[in-house]
This record gives sequence, C-alpha cells and structure tokens, in this order.
Amino acid sequence: MKDRLPGAIVKALSSAGILIMVFILYFLFREGMPVLKSVTLKDLFFGDLWYPAEDPPTLGMFPLIVGTVAVTALSSLLAVPFSLLVALFVSETAPRPVREFLKPVLEILGFFPSIVLGFIGMVVLAPMLQERFDMLSGLNLFNASVLLGVLTIPVVSSLAEEALGSVPEDIRNASYALGATRFETTVKVVVPSALPGILSASLLGIMRAMGETMVVLMAAGGAAIIPLSVFDPVRPLTSTIAAEMGETPVGSPHYAALFFGGILLLLMTLAVNLLSAWIEKKGTFSR
Amino acid sequence: MKSRRKILDNLMTAATWGSGIALTALVAGIVAFVAVKGYSVLSLEFLLEPPRDSMTRGGILTPLVGTIQLVAVAMGFAIPIGVATGLYFAEYAKDDLFTSALRLAIRSLAGVPSVVFGLFGLSLFVILFRFGPSLLSAALTLGCLTLPLMVTASEQAFLAVPRDYRDASYALGASKWQTIWKVVLPSAAPTVITGIILSVGRVAGETAPIMFTGAAFFAPNIARSLFSEVMALPYHIYVLATAGTFIEETRGIQYGTVLVLLLLVLGICSVGIFMRSRFRRRMRR
Repeated sequence: MKDRLPGAIVKALSSAGILIMVFILYFLFREGMPVLKSVTLKDLFFGDLWYPAEDPPTLGMFPLIVGTVAVTALSSLLAVPFSLLVALFVSETAPRPVREFLKPVLEILGFFPSIVLGFIGMVVLAPMLQERFDMLSGLNLFNASVLLGVLTIPVVSSLAEEALGSVPEDIRNASYALGATRFETTVKVVVPSALPGILSASLLGIMRAMGETMVVLMAAGGAAIIPLSVFDPVRPLTSTIAAEMGETPVGSPHYAALFFGGILLLLMTLAVNLLSAWIEKKGTFSR
Repeated sequence: MKSRRKILDNLMTAATWGSGIALTALVAGIVAFVAVKGYSVLSLEFLLEPPRDSMTRGGILTPLVGTIQLVAVAMGFAIPIGVATGLYFAEYAKDDLFTSALRLAIRSLAGVPSVVFGLFGLSLFVILFRFGPSLLSAALTLGCLTLPLMVTASEQAFLAVPRDYRDASYALGASKWQTIWKVVLPSAAPTVITGIILSVGRVAGETAPIMFTGAAFFAPNIARSLFSEVMALPYHIYVLATAGTFIEETRGIQYGTVLVLLLLVLGICSVGIFMRSRFRRRMRR
C-alpha cells in the first residue's frame, strides 16, 4: 500500500503532458473555429487579401500560408544540405579532437535565442543586402530564410550525426576491406543505412523553421503579399500571430482568425513531426 | 579510373572540412560581433539600473530580474512534472494505452511552435484562469514549452542508472519506491540537474510565448507579485529594436542587451554541457 501511492503520484503528474497537449488542441479549435462564422473556409484559405483591421475585416490567409511555405522551403534548401555536410564531417571525416570540439559548437548554436538572430537580421544582414543589391529594404524572404537556416543547422546536424554515428563500425570496415575509399564507403554504405535517421533529422529541421517566430517577425519584412522573388517581403503565419495578437480585441473575427492560423501551424508542424517519428520507427525496425 | 576515385574521396574530405570550418566561423562570428558591439555599453551600472527616460538611458535591471523570475516560476512548474514523467517512462511505463498516449503527447509538444504556446497560454492562463497578462501566465506558458525537453533529459538520466543498482536494492528487500527514492534518484540526480540547467538556458531566451501572456513593454518596477506584468530580456530587445521613436538612438543599449542575453544563455548552457560531459565520463568508468 505504501508503495502504491508514490507510483500513483508519478503517474498523475505525468498525465499533465497529455492534458497540456489536449488543452492546446482544444483551445486553438475553440477560439479559432468561430472565424468560419464571418468567412467561408474557401475565402479564408484562398483569399489573397489580408486586411484584418478594417471594418468589416478581409481575412484571406493565402499570402500568409504561402509566406510560411516559402520561408520554410527556402531556408531548408539553404540549410539542410550544409547541415548534412557538417554531420558527415563530424561523424566521418573529422579527426577525433576536431569532432570533440565541433559537437559542443553545434550544441551552443542550438541554444542561440532566436531573438538574437532576428536582431542580427534586422540591423546587420538587412543593411548589407540593401546596399549590395540596391534594394528598397533588406527585410525580405531571403534575409529571414538565411537566418532561419542558421537555426535549423544544429537541429539537423546533430540528429543526422547521431544517425550516422549509430551505423556499426563493422559495416564500414567491411567496405574498407573490399578496397572502397572513404567516399565510396560513406555514399554507398554508411549514408544508405543511416537514411531513415537522416530523413527524420531533416524533417525535424524543417519543422523548426516552420514554427520559428522571432526571426521572421523581425527580418521577413512583414508584407502580406505573395512573393514573386526571393527579395520580396513576406508575412508568414507565425509572425502574423505574434505581431497582431496584442492589438486585437478578444473574441473578434480577427482574433479567431489568428487562432485559426495557429491551428494551421500546429497541424502542419504536427504532420511533419509525426512523419519524422514514423520514419524513425520504420528505420529502426528494418535494422 | 583510380585517380577519379581518389579525387572524389579528396573532394568529400575538402567539402566536409569546409562545412565544419564555416560552421565554426559562423558561431564565432556572431558571438564576436555581438561582443564587440555590446562591450562598450556593458558595465555594472548597466546591469544594476532600471531603464530610464523612455528606455533611452539607464540599464536593464528590470528585464534582467524579470527573466530570472520567469525562469524560476517556469521551472517550479516544469521540474516536478518533467522529472515525474521521465521517471514514469524509465521505471513504470507498461506497454499500454496511457504510455503510448503520453509518448505521443510529449513528442507532439516538442514540435509545437513557440507562438502557438503563446496562443494557448493566452486563452487558458490569461483569459480562462483570469491570471491576466502576468508573470504567472507567462511562466506557466514557458513551463509547458520546456516540458518535453525536461522529460527527455530526465528519462535518459534514469535509464542510464545501471540495472545492477536496482537489483542490489531489491535483493536487500527494498520495495520499488524505496529503490527509486534511495538508489535511482540519487544516482541519476547529477544528470537530471544537468538537463534542468540546459532547459533553463532554452527558456531564458524565448520571446514568442511571453509576448501576449505577460511580458511588459515597460514596467517601472521589478514585479513584486505573480500577477504583475514583467519585463524580460528577449522582449526588451524586440521592443527597443522595433517599436518606439528612438530605435537608432538606443542601438547601443540594444547591442548591450543582446550581449547580456547571449552571455546569460550561453553561459548557462556551457555549464550544462560541461557537467554532462564530466558525468558521462564518470559513468563510463
């Protein structure tokens, strides 16, 4: 009897995790769904005008969704290949002391507050871009994507490195014994067997970029338009919520629309997250 | 043919070395840049004076203390739950519905965007619980955000305790809870604490979750109650850099604040990383 109580307490405390996740879903839907009273689902998704402060407000989220997709895609394009190279370096080519040095460097980069990178995007990268390319403003899709990329590097690199590192040494040695070079061993033996882990790492990096707020809020320019070039400003969902939530009255259609944006974000990141978990699980089974 | 193989091999070596060097340069470059720009502002007065004259002068005492208060309250909420959940996974979890639901929930929480945590905190703590925009609401939101990190860290800490320890305790007739309390917890404690330190580093730099749950644009005093709004370092940077009429004039203060935040966060994390590597080495022995 004396032994049951602590166990029950531990279990009760841990159920808080489930409770919080359920509450997040419940509150987003409770506050977000009423937006459909003032706009149809089709106009909400495909309307390309976002004028939430007017009366009546125009709540077309298409530019915001495109903004999120654009910034996520461009930053992943810039950062994922680089991150995988870093992972290969740490796991395959770096000498031991260099590896021991680089691992904490990666981890420290992972702890950089996003506000610091947003700030750098605003006061350093933006003026540089403006001067170099003779633009009206350096706050744009490209700027935000570069800095988001910096934030994804530690996520992708350290997880991919873990996947590469868990490939048994025997397999490598077998390949070397057959006369393969390190390049051939890496490309034909190590990377294929670590592929599920590498894919899942890349997906988690993409998820991080998708949900990141401060960098896009400060560096993406904030115009709710559909970008035609990488130097156009964008206003992704995250920065829209962060910028507008403070100024909108609770319960208004605008308020509900911002929560609806939260639902979209949550569903998008959740889908990527669960896909990555599924790939991980499948990968470990086949081994 | 042979030379082509050799060239490809060298190419990979060169490319990976290049990426490693670029990464190091990037991290060192950011830290050095912020340090050089912020160094001139940094002084004891900067840390010990509240902002004055519409935040164009003075220091950062109020946001600095606010960040510490937020972290403390957030940890007070997240540590018991996070450590208990880690303990549950490591010691109690059966292959049942509750466990898989909990795993799924923690995994999902880890991926929830920080701004969505902000929305959640706004609707639950600020509005429904009527805490208002306050230290308590913001800290609870941060606590929820850090939960998955804490769970993973403590689960790994408990799993790293060798089985022999538990078996020895059981052999002496100890019950399950006695074993956990007297054997597992003490031997896992250093690693758990390391995980907590790393979570603190993560929480201290978060901005989006506190923007509409309790971070103040400006507060004249340090928060004296859980229900007052607080200034926080990350939000202070955002405010100075984007709002107000003195953006250019306060550039110096902005760099100084960024430097303090960066030193704070990286300092905490370095302690955590260093401690972890020491414990790992000891465990291996």
